[in-house]
Amino acid sequence: MAKQILIVGGGLAGTIVANGLCRQLREEVSSGSVALTMLGATETHMYQPGLLYVPFGRMRESELFREQRKVLDRHVRFMVDPAKHIDTDKRVVTTQSGKTHGYDFLVIATGSRIRPDNIPGMAEGAHWFYDLEGARKMRDALATFKGGKVVININVPHKCPVAPLEITFMMRDHLAAKGVLDKSEITYTYPVGRVHTLEPVAKWAAPEFERFGIKSEVFFNTKSVDAKAKTITSEEGTTLNYDLLITVPPHSGQQVITDSNLGAGGWVPTERYTLLREGSSNVFVVGDTTNLPISKAGSTAHFEADTIVDNLASLLKEDRWARNYDGKVFCFVETGLNTGTYVWFNYTTPPNPGPPSQMIHWFKLAYNRLYWLSARGLL
Amino acid sequence: MTVKQKIDARGAFCPGPLMELIAALKLVEVGDDIEVLSSDKGSVSDIPQWVNKVHHEMVGITPHEGYWSIVVRKAK
Repeated sequence: MAKQILIVGGGLAGTIVANGLCRQLREEVSSGSVALTMLGATETHMYQPGLLYVPFGRMRESELFREQRKVLDRHVRFMVDPAKHIDTDKRVVTTQSGKTHGYDFLVIATGSRIRPDNIPGMAEGAHWFYDLEGARKMRDALATFKGGKVVININVPHKCPVAPLEITFMMRDHLAAKGVLDKSEITYTYPVGRVHTLEPVAKWAAPEFERFGIKSEVFFNTKSVDAKAKTITSEEGTTLNYDLLITVPPHSGQQVITDSNLGAGGWVPTERYTLLREGSSNVFVVGDTTNLPISKAGSTAHFEADTIVDNLASLLKEDRWARNYDGKVFCFVETGLNTGTYVWFNYTTPPNPGPPSQMIHWFKLAYNRLYWLSARGLL
Repeated sequence: MTVKQKIDARGAFCPGPLMELIAALKLVEVGDDIEVLSSDKGSVSDIPQWVNKVHHEMVGITPHEGYWSIVVRKAK
């Protein structure tokens, strides 16, 4: 009887786990002693960080997508049939079409989703770039924007921790290139008392904001948006007027997680070193889906997935644990349309961003292409 | 009042203990307590400052070996 590994979710995390296991368990997968199944939500795989470039015309929509079947190793049984219920006691996942899948090991990689609907008026009044439809609308709005008050509003929780700064610097460069910067005013709002939660990043970004004339409003947790009056109000009692509102909406986990009683908000309680679901020995959690107090980012998903691949392969081949996850996160930070920097940190090492350079921006542009090697488990 | 949720944000640089608290408060009921464990000394001032600003309630701060336990009550 083949050992069944079931991966729920076909984003970056689930895909790296699937492809990595196929590489490390080549013999077992080929002989049929290990079977890998993935339940995905769509036929296509999207390079999500590319959405940041779409509103500025710096990436075309077609560059964001690949067929998921072509990204996956051919030994993975891939089905577009998302999970509807996960029963970890009975070790069974039921899909939206009504099929059931048993498993020996389960990898939950359902990810996160934007929830502008959680803040009154946000869906009607704001633009965002966190999904394709939003990025398209924002691209259209920028094309007709002739200058005015731009509010860039950040909410929690959200994935890609440096995207707030990136979109702000890129907007400033975009308005300058369009010749409407002198008729515009950019105000950046952030939930805590500095412009970024990472103190070294905030210390670097605050003077950059000042240099570029970008205003900031900290301790701003969004209460509501009035799309008619074009105002946004915070829980702290501040109201700002806007002509163009760009938001990083709050996120939640997926409905299947809450419906299956696996975690409040769709985030699954996860052991920080093993990446096992708390109290479980055969359910791994990876990527945005965990409740770990670390960044929800592609690199987090990648480093976690690598750890799970090593451990699952080791458990199946040698019945032993391989290694723990050290909390590693790496993020490029675009500091405009032509420069960039990066930060990395883990559970014990704080971040320390270096000075921005054109070279690092080029590395980021190169990574926009190399991503597909990551997803295939080659990089 | 018992703690409804515990956030172990020790060693968490990003998004950090306060951001974790803000996100978690959205998921509990008014009157519930949340305990944040933080190894960042800044949390001892950051969290009470934000809690007072948005009119939630500080329940208490307890120092431990290498970290602090900070309990906040959702007040609205």
